[in-house]
Amino acid sequence: MIQFLLNQTLRTEHTLDPNMTVLNYLREHCRKTGTKEGCASGDCGACTVVVGELIGDDIRYRTLNSCLTFVSALHGKQLITVEDLKHNDQLHPVQAAMADCHGSQCGFCTPGFVMSLFALDKNHPAAYDKAATQEALAGNLCRCTGYRPILAAAEQVADQHRSDHFDAAKSSTIEQLRAIAPTETAELTSGDKRCLIPLTVTELAGVYEAHPDARLLAGGTDLALEVTQFHRELPTTIYVGNVRELQTVETYEDRIELGAGAPLTDCYDALATEFPDFGELLHRFASLQIRNQGTLGGNIGNASPIGDSPPLLIALGARIVLRKGDRQRTLPLEDFFLDYKKTEQQPGEFIEKVIVPRLGDWQFRAYKISKRLDDDISAVCAALSIRLDDETQTVTDVRFAFGGMAAIPKRAKTCEQAMVGQPWNEATIDLACVALANDFTPLTDFRANRDYRLTTAQNLLRKAFLELQSSTIETRVTAYV
Amino acid sequence: MSKHFVQTKTQAELAEIFAQDLVTGVGRPLKHESGDKHVTGEAVYIDDRLEFPNQLHVYALLSERAHANITRIDTAPCYDIPGVEIVITAQDVPGDLDIGPVFSGDPLLADGKVEYVGQPVLAVAADSLDTARKAAKAAIVEYEDLEAILDVEEALEKEHFVLDSHQHKRGDAGAALNAAPHRLQGKLHIGGQEHFYLETQISSVMPTEDGGMLVFTSSQNPTEVQKLVASVLGVPMHRVTIDMRRMGGGFGGKETQAAGPACLCAVVARLTGKPTKMRLPRVDDMMMTGKRHPFFARYDVGFDDDGRLQGINLDLAGNCGYSPDLSGSIVDRAMFHSDNAYFLNNAVVTGYRCKTNLASNTAYRGFGGPQGMVVIEEIMDAIARSLGKDPLDVRKANYYGQEERNETHYFQTVEHNILDEITAELEASADYAKRREAIKAFNRNSPVLKKGLALTPVKFGISFTATHLNQAGALVHVYNDGSIHLNHGGTEMGQGLNTKVAQVVAEVFQVDIGRVQITATNTDKVPNTSPTAASSGADLNGKAAQNAAQTIKDRLITFAAGHYRVTPEEVIFKNNHVRIRDQYLAFEELIELAYFNQISLSCAGFYRTPKIYYDRDKAAGRPFYYFAYGAACCEAIVDTLTGEYKMLHTDILHDVGDSLNPAVDIGQIEGGFVQGMGWLTTEELVWNDQGRLMTNGPASYKIPAVADMPLEFNTKLVESRKNPEDTVYHSKAVGEPPFMLGIAAWCAIKDAVASLGDYRIQPRIDAPATPERVLMGVQQILEQRAKVEGTVPELEPVK
Repeated sequence: MIQFLLNQTLRTEHTLDPNMTVLNYLREHCRKTGTKEGCASGDCGACTVVVGELIGDDIRYRTLNSCLTFVSALHGKQLITVEDLKHNDQLHPVQAAMADCHGSQCGFCTPGFVMSLFALDKNHPAAYDKAATQEALAGNLCRCTGYRPILAAAEQVADQHRSDHFDAAKSSTIEQLRAIAPTETAELTSGDKRCLIPLTVTELAGVYEAHPDARLLAGGTDLALEVTQFHRELPTTIYVGNVRELQTVETYEDRIELGAGAPLTDCYDALATEFPDFGELLHRFASLQIRNQGTLGGNIGNASPIGDSPPLLIALGARIVLRKGDRQRTLPLEDFFLDYKKTEQQPGEFIEKVIVPRLGDWQFRAYKISKRLDDDISAVCAALSIRLDDETQTVTDVRFAFGGMAAIPKRAKTCEQAMVGQPWNEATIDLACVALANDFTPLTDFRANRDYRLTTAQNLLRKAFLELQSSTIETRVTAYV
Repeated sequence: MSKHFVQTKTQAELAEIFAQDLVTGVGRPLKHESGDKHVTGEAVYIDDRLEFPNQLHVYALLSERAHANITRIDTAPCYDIPGVEIVITAQDVPGDLDIGPVFSGDPLLADGKVEYVGQPVLAVAADSLDTARKAAKAAIVEYEDLEAILDVEEALEKEHFVLDSHQHKRGDAGAALNAAPHRLQGKLHIGGQEHFYLETQISSVMPTEDGGMLVFTSSQNPTEVQKLVASVLGVPMHRVTIDMRRMGGGFGGKETQAAGPACLCAVVARLTGKPTKMRLPRVDDMMMTGKRHPFFARYDVGFDDDGRLQGINLDLAGNCGYSPDLSGSIVDRAMFHSDNAYFLNNAVVTGYRCKTNLASNTAYRGFGGPQGMVVIEEIMDAIARSLGKDPLDVRKANYYGQEERNETHYFQTVEHNILDEITAELEASADYAKRREAIKAFNRNSPVLKKGLALTPVKFGISFTATHLNQAGALVHVYNDGSIHLNHGGTEMGQGLNTKVAQVVAEVFQVDIGRVQITATNTDKVPNTSPTAASSGADLNGKAAQNAAQTIKDRLITFAAGHYRVTPEEVIFKNNHVRIRDQYLAFEELIELAYFNQISLSCAGFYRTPKIYYDRDKAAGRPFYYFAYGAACCEAIVDTLTGEYKMLHTDILHDVGDSLNPAVDIGQIEGGFVQGMGWLTTEELVWNDQGRLMTNGPASYKIPAVADMPLEFNTKLVESRKNPEDTVYHSKAVGEPPFMLGIAAWCAIKDAVASLGDYRIQPRIDAPATPERVLMGVQQILEQRAKVEGTVPELEPVK
């Protein structure tokens, strides 16, 4: 049984199919058709809804792609859809702005934009912030307007920033959410499909050890595709999103520890503060809807050759803590990936934590190369951590890791060897670029051909060199915002 | 009637209202008629309609092979899945199997062979889409592979065509080329484009008595769907009614390609007697339906020292996919627009319609025009690089003249050409010259990032080149309470057509637009409609609605003049009121009076475009009623280490005549620009060597996102410029023309790359200019420079 608020109304669902997405729940089960299906793969944002979650004494509102979210993720939360915004026959300020600024043409993407702008308004009550607006909307595609009027609507909303009926009802909503706050492991069952929803790491460990064939469901932004795109069934899932201990992000003197279940949005501050390039990449990592759901642990665990965080974490020398039952083990992240989609993870074992050493005297650069700058999967992702001898300016240590160049996220060890002990100069870089060609035999696919991947990988080393040499040369088009 | 209209205002008060202008008529920036419903989710799309308890859902099994004979189909396993109602193959279609729109060649379901990966082979109807899909995948289909042609150059070489070739010929191109002081040859590949309407193809049908069908379809072309549904059922058109309230985007993708799902639903509904719906999942939509035609172009041009064209020989080979669809007209339009804004002088333009084993490519905003224009813009850049001139100077030197050098290669005289003015104004407002210098300075000091600038024009011909399509109908009722029901043959896909046409009716009657109820396009109300395409929606349907409204208004004037014994000139409609000599009536007061006096308050309107004709045998005529003009100035920044880029600044000046609705028009221009830019930058279609589309969803096919919009983005309409032709309130069409403003973005990227060769080498950057192609262009220039060590190379010189 799961419980949640559909806007202000308590819903108690006993027998929903745990593989049902929130989108299908809304459109088919509840006949609320304002939320649209544009792609069913989390790439267009037409299905965007907002979920309110009790955080301390406040409600945190976040957007997510309802097409990639299974209903189990609603347990204990508030679901807000486009139908809920109009109040007393009056358009919500966000809706009024979108209409007044001519932000809709065909209107099919519009409910999704409205929900993204609604969440933006709830989370950024300050003046109009173009960068924040673009970040909020990067996961919403509009084929008609060219976006200019939608940004104008966002500006109008920010300038007015009027309180709404959600603000008025907040204290009662908080009461309602408190009343349904989960207190024990929940379970949603329908036929032979079940989803278990533990609350603590210990419970999770026990449940997973008992059901090693279950699929772990965190943000579900990748796993849900198996259902929505590949039409497979997931008989048993364990939803880890209610395990708070997995979501902690803590910065220590020598390291940052990130719970594997922390949504990428929650990892941003700690990582961006320490490693600005990690922050820049996270800005372009999928979309805000995905980052609100997707977790660092999930990005590692699904072992994509192009998952964007692993090459960065490998270059930074990150370690991960794996847990099975009450047994933990720690290993360097680079040893976790064995072969294409094959990892060290044992049945019943899960990633509990990611530990990233702080920078110290290392320097770090990371690059994501994709056709489209936002919300695109990398053709090449490169990350360089390097330590130079202060006196001699020779390379003492270097880790140079790539995504998109091999079957797994991987270091360019030959290239690294060509740099270690050498003077940090152009001649070394030239030799290192030659060596890099021996590290990888990249594939040609629809994202890029092998020559482009290799040339770009080499050029990214040149770029990192330029950036570390001089702060006056402009090297990134992404700096133009 | 139980209640009569009661006027509570005094004559003086009415006079005051009458003196004010109507605020919701033509020329006003009214918001989209459905805007408030879009933002609340209340706007109903077909998939949002309530379903019947016995609703069936259809899923089509798609071909896995690019070209193969089907040796066996076994549908028995499908029926093992609980919930399956029926499985249909080509044999089950009661009427005509072929649903080709103009030419035959498009079987509703594969008939013995398949010709592309994604072609529907069979369809399953079941109680849910999931069940239907599962059952379809259970079918056994066996193939015997045949040789597939996937490459347009190979098809051209082998003369493997879906339709005959066609040629435009003016003057003696061969002699002019030989005599020209300079000559260049080149090739260019231009990619296709997925429409990516946010709402995928969908139809829902309800069988009616007499073996007919009520069809709800997301289609730009209700009459054609009506005709094809009737044809697959083997019934006359009068048994089939199409209802189309709105599409979640069309862009040409729902001109012919919406018919397939509608016809499959109709066949299932006929065989089962049950309401039936088919909604394509995104991946299936992208695999099954055609796209913008990729083109391959070869050119040979001769020019003088100013870069003026003396002669041109141009081959345009459209990659049509497996069937003709609309490729006849689409390749024609590419040929018609291969001049863009320029006097080609002595020209031979040949269009080829290459047959490949891909989905049948189809209409897409611009309808071939953009592909033709990209080629001539590439040529302008190439000429500029070879002469060491600024590309804008070469463009201006080639513009059509006012009194001379004003005849196209298909012998239409270019009249009322305002590109000189538009260019001059945009050059000044965008500060072109100064920015050109600033960019050169930036590039000298920036080793990695390079900026580029381009100002490119658009001249786009307005009218269907299939002349008979230039007609439209409308139906206007004025009810006896003074409310107005508006129906017309155009379809609303987001472009604001219904808003504009309602403004026209409001303007004619001088009433607030709120009084005008917009209704679903319906073949019961307005028959024999043309597709809403070729940017013609407002031109044609606006005129037809104006005609209907004006007829009713004329009847009212005649009636009032007789009733009140005044002259017709003394009956004046204004701002919801009517002045009859010196007496003021509310509009509804007059309507009620007219009703009681037995005046007809309903009228069908009609319009056909005057002046146009085209003699295809002679390749000469006036296919276009008029031209729409515009220009864009774009600045881009390119990373020469990775090929990544960003649009920094775009200024647009565009001509819409006297705008019917400036807000809607600006929306079309901005949206068109960004869509055009997407086509030429990040939107790359990739097929594997088996003919399977690999970029089959938004995860792999990248349309512009919010941050791809230029950082500075200014759009202006050319002011106070009536269309000299007698169009509806002297406005101009706006759907397609601004799409091609996006070419400026592509040229700006190439300009940035060309800076590496001191602007003397034209990089070969095919469209779309993905970061990968941009980096290849960078490497090409660096290699060329290294080879010649300082000397400036000629561009592929010809002897």
